[in-house]
Amino acid sequence: MAARAQPLGASIWIGGASCALLLFLTLGTLGAIASRADWETGLGANDWTALRFTVFQAVLSATLSIGLAIPTARALARRQFWGRNALIMILGAPFILPVIVAILGIVSVYGGRGALSTLLGQMGLPPIDLYGLTGILLAHVFFNLPLATRLILQGWLAIPSEQFRLADSLSFRPADIQRHIEWPMLRNIVPPVFVVIFLICLTSFTVVLALGGGPKSTTIELAIYQAFKFDFDLGKAALLGVLQFGICGLAGVAMIWLRLPQGQGSGLDRALIRQDADTGFLRLLDGVILSLVATFLLAPLISIFGRGIFFITDLPELIWMSALRSLVMALSSTALCITMALGLSHLSLRLGRIGGIVEVSGFLVLSASPLVMGTGLFIFFFPFVRPSDMALPITVIVNAAMALPFVLATILPAIVQAYEQFGRLADSLGITGSARLIRVTLPRVRKTLGFGAGLSAALAMGDLGVVTLFGTGDATTLPLEMYRLMGAYRLDQASGAALLLLAISLTLFWIFDMIGRRNA
Amino acid sequence: MLELKDVHIQQGTFSLSGSLVVNRGDRLAIIGPSGAGKSTLLAAISGFVPCKGSVLMLGVDVSNFKTAKRPLSIIFQDNNLFPHMTVRQNVGLGVNPNLRLSSEDQTRVAKALDRVGLSGYMDRKPSDLSGGQQSRVALARVLVQRNPLILLDEPFAALGPALRDEMLDLVAELVNEIGATLLMVTHNPQDAVRIATGVIVVADGVVQPAIKTADFLASPPEALRDYLSS
Repeated sequence: MAARAQPLGASIWIGGASCALLLFLTLGTLGAIASRADWETGLGANDWTALRFTVFQAVLSATLSIGLAIPTARALARRQFWGRNALIMILGAPFILPVIVAILGIVSVYGGRGALSTLLGQMGLPPIDLYGLTGILLAHVFFNLPLATRLILQGWLAIPSEQFRLADSLSFRPADIQRHIEWPMLRNIVPPVFVVIFLICLTSFTVVLALGGGPKSTTIELAIYQAFKFDFDLGKAALLGVLQFGICGLAGVAMIWLRLPQGQGSGLDRALIRQDADTGFLRLLDGVILSLVATFLLAPLISIFGRGIFFITDLPELIWMSALRSLVMALSSTALCITMALGLSHLSLRLGRIGGIVEVSGFLVLSASPLVMGTGLFIFFFPFVRPSDMALPITVIVNAAMALPFVLATILPAIVQAYEQFGRLADSLGITGSARLIRVTLPRVRKTLGFGAGLSAALAMGDLGVVTLFGTGDATTLPLEMYRLMGAYRLDQASGAALLLLAISLTLFWIFDMIGRRNA
Repeated sequence: MLELKDVHIQQGTFSLSGSLVVNRGDRLAIIGPSGAGKSTLLAAISGFVPCKGSVLMLGVDVSNFKTAKRPLSIIFQDNNLFPHMTVRQNVGLGVNPNLRLSSEDQTRVAKALDRVGLSGYMDRKPSDLSGGQQSRVALARVLVQRNPLILLDEPFAALGPALRDEMLDLVAELVNEIGATLLMVTHNPQDAVRIATGVIVVADGVVQPAIKTADFLASPPEALRDYLSS
């Protein structure tokens, strides 16, 4: 056996360092906040209310999202129509859509002064009050209905086509198809999807920051923010952080235990001719469901576009500067995230432990929410540096970590495949180290790497999480600036900024994805 | 029993056309190079794939009938059994898709399973069975369905030669017992020798009329000579 060349050692170092950074950001910050937590005072009545509300809204959000996603996925699985692929693509969009942009869109369509309330007013009905549970649920469904639909649709399309043909040849009626084919599939796929959405809503911060608040609709994540930012009560913030980590950890264990089916949404364009669904009533039903869902998702985006387009050119210089700053931060975050993902992949390949890494990193990152990480990092660094000085670097690092599980889940299968297919050949030819990375691995994984980088860049660009914890002075990010405009009710400028943010996020994703696909 | 009149199937650049008459009690093997459209022909007969022209069964034009309304049973290459159901339930589907079975129905299921030699396996799941046993379950279901037309789409391709012959013999017996007509897609001429009274050649986008198996073997059509000799 040839000795391993030096540069291969480098990838191990990068992997080890990535691993250490990830552990520091998650468990390290947890240790820091645990050491500062105010155990003596314990949790007050408000904190218990926040805990109950956090779990309650997450359960409700997940239930609603899945309840609506099942008929939507069923309609997509059994219908072929013009625009089907476009609709499936739109279902992928909310994942990279900046949360604050979507919220502005939701408020302007479904809010008290929005189009829907105006319509209700004409019918003599009171306007919708979005602030509180209603708005939080609406926004969570907006983000998670598409995710749930895509995951459940994968389950539907994974049913072997022979089962439906068999059903046809055995004269199954729709009720028999549901009972014998669709229900067993749903029984397997719904629980893990539920836990994922539950977890996402548990750690959701921006939505609750913008639409929640007040003692009745505060989540733990928001309570951390308030304790940190308004009460300057670090002990309280730390205690809540430990609590948040605990609940998310439990949900994370449930997720690993249930195992979400992996998949990148490939092959969703396949639709089977379904004789059983070929009745006028079912066709009408599916048509109505799909139209409603498409309208629900598209109306806020169209509203942002329609309003923002008039104000995007008049935006003050401050906004453009923050956009540039956000762009640089997003690119730095992406570089860090991709480096970590590649390093961790190589490390896990070398150690021969490929299976658990995606789950473990996802578990750690989702359990240590951005605010927990932010609070922990503050505790580490505030003796040495001014908080506002480290706001931007910390945001870059935390965003890289937040995107890591998704990027890992995207690229690791491709890296493993490249290794299995060409590892021996490369070994026999003596291609090692950086030459191997550049000549063998990267070309094989370029497509998924481009997609992963696009994901990471778009997520970082649109993030409004940890940056809110620290006063940043004049050096703000675009999402934060947009949030401030919304808070000041300058909605015209806010929608201009929203359109700018949306355009940059989608363009970033598109460019990275395209680089990966080109000549691939 | 079965008649195809000027049938034409178009799928992208692929096309297949032809006419065919199949008499009651015939056992025909559908043979042709891979990609010629053997399975597609079967799918068109069963109504899974749309086609022009007309398909007649028992003298009735079923061209616009859904699969469920056509008097046929079909076995695919795989996924013939629902993995989450027991053997008994999988066969019971052939009697009543909602699985509400009277004691009389239950007896029919049990008899069919007994006939294929699986009486002791009623409450197993398909994953506990060997490939050959899974095929037998599917055949038991065909037996309880009692349809006059049986279509097999390379059903035993994954089995070894000895087991395959055993299954083919069983199919021949069951087809005789029901008094059914059999169409079977295969890529193995030996299968045709074993079980078929005639052969339908599918090649170069054309479905050729059925010929006797012996004639087919004595002078294989031009289109298939390379295929058979390989």
